Amino acid sequence: MSSAPILARGAEPMPLLEVDGLKAYYGQTQALHGVSFSLEQGGITTLLGANGAGKTTTLRSLCGMVRTEGTIRLNGDPILGKATETIVRLGVGHVPEGRGTFTNLSVDENLRVAAYTRQDKVAVQRDLDMVFEYFPILKARIDQQAGTLSGGEQQMLAISRALMLSPRLMLLDEPSFGLAPLIVQEIFRIMRRINTEAKVSMLLVEQNAALALDLADHAYVLETGRVVMSGKAADIKNDEAIRKSYLGY
Amino acid sequence: MEQLIQQVAAGLANGAIYALLALALVMIFVSTDHINFAQGEMAMFSAYLTWQFLQWGLNFWIALPVVMVLSFVIGVGIERIILRPLHSAPLLSVVVVFIGLLTIFHALAGGIWTHTIKAVPSPFPQVSFPGSSYIGPHQLGMIAVTIVMLFALFAFFRLTPLGLAMRAAAQNPASARLAGISVDWMLALGWGLAAAVGAVAGSMVAPAVYLEPNMMASILLYGFAGALVGGISSPGGAVAGGFIVGVLENLIAFLGNALERATGFYLVGNGEKLTVALIIVITVLTLKPSGLFGHVTVKRV
Amino acid sequence: MATTASTSSTVADTATGFAWRYRYWLLLVVLPVLLIAAGKAGYISNFQFLQLSLMIVYSIAVLGLILLTGFNGQISLGHGAFFAVGAYTAAIMIDQAGWPFWATLPVAALVCFIVGYLFGLPALRLEGHYLALATFALAVAVPQILKYKHIEPLTRGVMGINVFKSDPPFGLPLSTDQWMFLVVLALAALMFWIARNLLDSRTGRALVAIRDHSMAASTMGINVSHYKAVMFGISALYTGLAGAMHGIIFEFVSPDSFRFELSIAILVGAVVGGIASLPGAIIGGVFVQVIEKYADALTRKISAAVHLPLELEPWLIYGIALIILMYTMPMGIAGGMAALWRRLKRS
Repeated sequence: MSSAPILARGAEPMPLLEVDGLKAYYGQTQALHGVSFSLEQGGITTLLGANGAGKTTTLRSLCGMVRTEGTIRLNGDPILGKATETIVRLGVGHVPEGRGTFTNLSVDENLRVAAYTRQDKVAVQRDLDMVFEYFPILKARIDQQAGTLSGGEQQMLAISRALMLSPRLMLLDEPSFGLAPLIVQEIFRIMRRINTEAKVSMLLVEQNAALALDLADHAYVLETGRVVMSGKAADIKNDEAIRKSYLGY
Repeated sequence: MEQLIQQVAAGLANGAIYALLALALVMIFVSTDHINFAQGEMAMFSAYLTWQFLQWGLNFWIALPVVMVLSFVIGVGIERIILRPLHSAPLLSVVVVFIGLLTIFHALAGGIWTHTIKAVPSPFPQVSFPGSSYIGPHQLGMIAVTIVMLFALFAFFRLTPLGLAMRAAAQNPASARLAGISVDWMLALGWGLAAAVGAVAGSMVAPAVYLEPNMMASILLYGFAGALVGGISSPGGAVAGGFIVGVLENLIAFLGNALERATGFYLVGNGEKLTVALIIVITVLTLKPSGLFGHVTVKRV
Repeated sequence: MATTASTSSTVADTATGFAWRYRYWLLLVVLPVLLIAAGKAGYISNFQFLQLSLMIVYSIAVLGLILLTGFNGQISLGHGAFFAVGAYTAAIMIDQAGWPFWATLPVAALVCFIVGYLFGLPALRLEGHYLALATFALAVAVPQILKYKHIEPLTRGVMGINVFKSDPPFGLPLSTDQWMFLVVLALAALMFWIARNLLDSRTGRALVAIRDHSMAASTMGINVSHYKAVMFGISALYTGLAGAMHGIIFEFVSPDSFRFELSIAILVGAVVGGIASLPGAIIGGVFVQVIEKYADALTRKISAAVHLPLELEPWLIYGIALIILMYTMPMGIAGGMAALWRRLKRS
C-alpha cells in the first residue's frame, strides 16, 4: 500500500487522520467529551495523559469498538460508525492494549491470520520477511504456541500482526506496558525503523511520556476525555513547566 | 470373547455417530458459547432429506453431499437470522430459542414425512469380509465415514486460511476483528459446518435404527455425554469422548448381562443405556466439567 | 382521576377498584361457587371441570419452574422428572398402601423436595447452559428410569398404575370431577400464597440476588449453595405436587406419560405465561393444557383453511411462537401485560 501524500487543493497534503469533536460512550457513561486532533502522513503522533484520561478509548473509537459521535476521517473518508473489520481493511492496524495475542495459535498462525484479508501472496511473503528482519526472535519461535511467549515477544508479535495488514496507519496502545526497559528500548527503536522504512504512520498511546516524546513528532495531552495541550513533541519535551503541570515530571 | 469384541466393535460404530454429534456440538460451543439443543433434531431432519433424495432415485453418495450443502445453508441461515440478533439476550431467551428450533425441526419432519417408521437402505455393500463375524458392513462403514470426515475437518481447520480465520474468530473475536476478519460470518460458517456434520451423523445412523422423528433424541444425549467426557471446548476431545461413550455403554450393558448370567442378579442391561448416559453426564459435570481434554474457564467478576 | 365530571366513570372506577381489592375472594370463593352452580345446572360438564382442574394442576407445575428459573435463575429443561416423581409417589401410595389421595400429597411433597434437593446439590456449581444440559439429560432419561426392572414391583413397569378417584366426602352433592376441581383450586391457592410470601421475604430477595449476580450475592453473605439447593427442592416440590394431583385426577400413571415433551411443555408454559411472574404461572398452566388438549384440533382447522402441502403440527406453531416471543415479549404474556399497564398508567 503506497503512502504517498494525497494532494488536496492547495500544496498541503491531506492529513492521514482527522478527528473532530469525537465523543465516546461506554453504555451511559461518556468517556470522551469532544476530542480533536490530526495526524500527518508519515508522522508519529503520541497521545499522552494519566490513567483514565481517555487515550485507549480514543484508539478504540478509531476502530469502531465503542459507541461514538463526531467526525473521524481517514484520508478524507469518514469512518465513524463503520465496523471494526471494515476500518481495519481500510488500512488501520491496531496493536491493542494487552497485546491481543491468539494464545492458542502458533506464532506462524498469528501472522498468517493477520494476512487473511490480503490477496497478493507475494506481497504477504515480502512483509513476512520484513517482520522477521525486524524481530528475528519471532522467526526463531515460529512454531511455538504464542501464549508461551514472553511479554516482550508477544508485543513484537502484536506489532508484527499489525504490520502484516500492510497498514497506512498503526495504532499502538501502551506498547511499553509491563516490559523491561531494555526490551522497550529495542521495540521503540524498531518502531522508529518501521515508521521511516516501511513508511507507516503511527498514533501512539503511552503512559510513559518520556519514551513517547522521544519517538514522536507531535503530541497531544488528554485529561478526562479532552485534549488539554498539544504541540511538537520536542517542544513539550523541552518545556519543563508544561511537563511538570501536564505530565507530572 | 467373541461377544465382547462384537460389543466393542458395535460400540465403536455407535461411538462414531456420537463423535460426529459431539463434534458438531463443540464447534458451536467453542465459537458461540452456546449449546445447540436442537442439534439432534437438525441431524434427524437432514436424515429425512437424504431419505427423500434416495426416494427420488439419487445414489446415496450423491445425496449425502447435497444434503450436507443444504444443511450447511440452513445452519448459516439459523445463525444469521435467528441467533445473531439475540447475541446479547439473556441466556434463558437463547435456550428457549434453541428449544423452539428443536420443536420446529421435529414437527416439520413429522409434518412433511409423517411419523411412520421408514427403512433406509444401507449404502454399504452387504458382503462378508474378514472380520465380519465381529462387525457388520454398515457399522464398519459408519466408522470409516466418520474417520474420513474427521480428517477432512482437521485438514480444513489446520491447513486452510479460512479454517485458520474461523479458529481465530472463535478463540479471540476482538483480535480477529482487528485482523480484518468478519467474525459474524465466521460464526455463521461454523454453524453451517456443524449442521453439515450433523447431517452426516443423521444420515449414517438412519439405516441402523430406522428413520422416524424421535430417532435422534436419545442419540443426542449420548452425543452430549461424549462431548462432556472429552471436553466441550476441545474438538479432538469431543471426538474421543464420543467413541469412549459408545464403547462404554456397550461394555456396561455387556458386563451387566454377564453378571446376570453368572449370578442371576440384574443390575444393568440394554434397557439402562440412557440412564447410564445420564449418570455419565451428571458425573462429568460434577467432578470435571472441562472433561478429559478441555480447559477450565475462569469466571471473571 | 376522581375529579372527572361524569358519574358513570366514577361508578366504573369504584366497581373496578372494588373488584381489584377483593380479587382473591372473587377468584377463590365467588367464582368457584358460580361454576359449581352452573355445573349442577348442567351448563358445565364434568369433562369441562376435568379440563379446568388440569389447567390448575399445570399452573402449579409451571409455578415450580418459575420459582427456580425465573426468580432464582437456574434453568431447568427437566421438570417433567419431578412431575413424574410426584405422580408415581402418589400413585404407589394409593396402589400399594391404600392411602386416601389427600394423605399422599404431603408424602409426595416431601419425596419431591428431597429428590430436588439431591439433584440440586451437584447442580450447584453448574452455570447456565451446563445446568440446562444436565436437566435436558434428566428429561430424556426419565421414561427409561421409570421402567427400571428393580422398581417394577412398585411401579408396575410399562403397564403403569391405575388409581381411582375417591368420592366427595361428607356426602357433598358434587360429582367427583367437581370435587377434584375444588380440591385442586384450594391446593393451588395455598401453593401460590406460600410462593408469594416466600418471594416477599428476605429469602425471596436472596433468591433474586443470586439470580442476578451470584458472585456479588455471596460476597454479601448469602449462602448461595444452600439457597440454590433448597430452591431446587422447593421447585421440585411444587411441580411434584402438581404431578401427584395430575395422577390422581387422571387416574393413571405410566412411564411414557412423562417423556421429554412434558418438560418442554412446562417450560413453554412458563415462558409464555411469564417466566418471573406468579400470575404468569396461571396463564402458563392454561397454555399447557391447551397444548395437550386442543392443539391438534386447532392445527387441523388451520391446515384445512390454508391448504398447506404438509401436515401442520401443533409443535411447529409452538416452536415458531416461542422464537417470536423471545424477540417480542421475553417476559411472557404476564410480563407484556405488566409493561403495557405501566405505560398506560404513565400516559
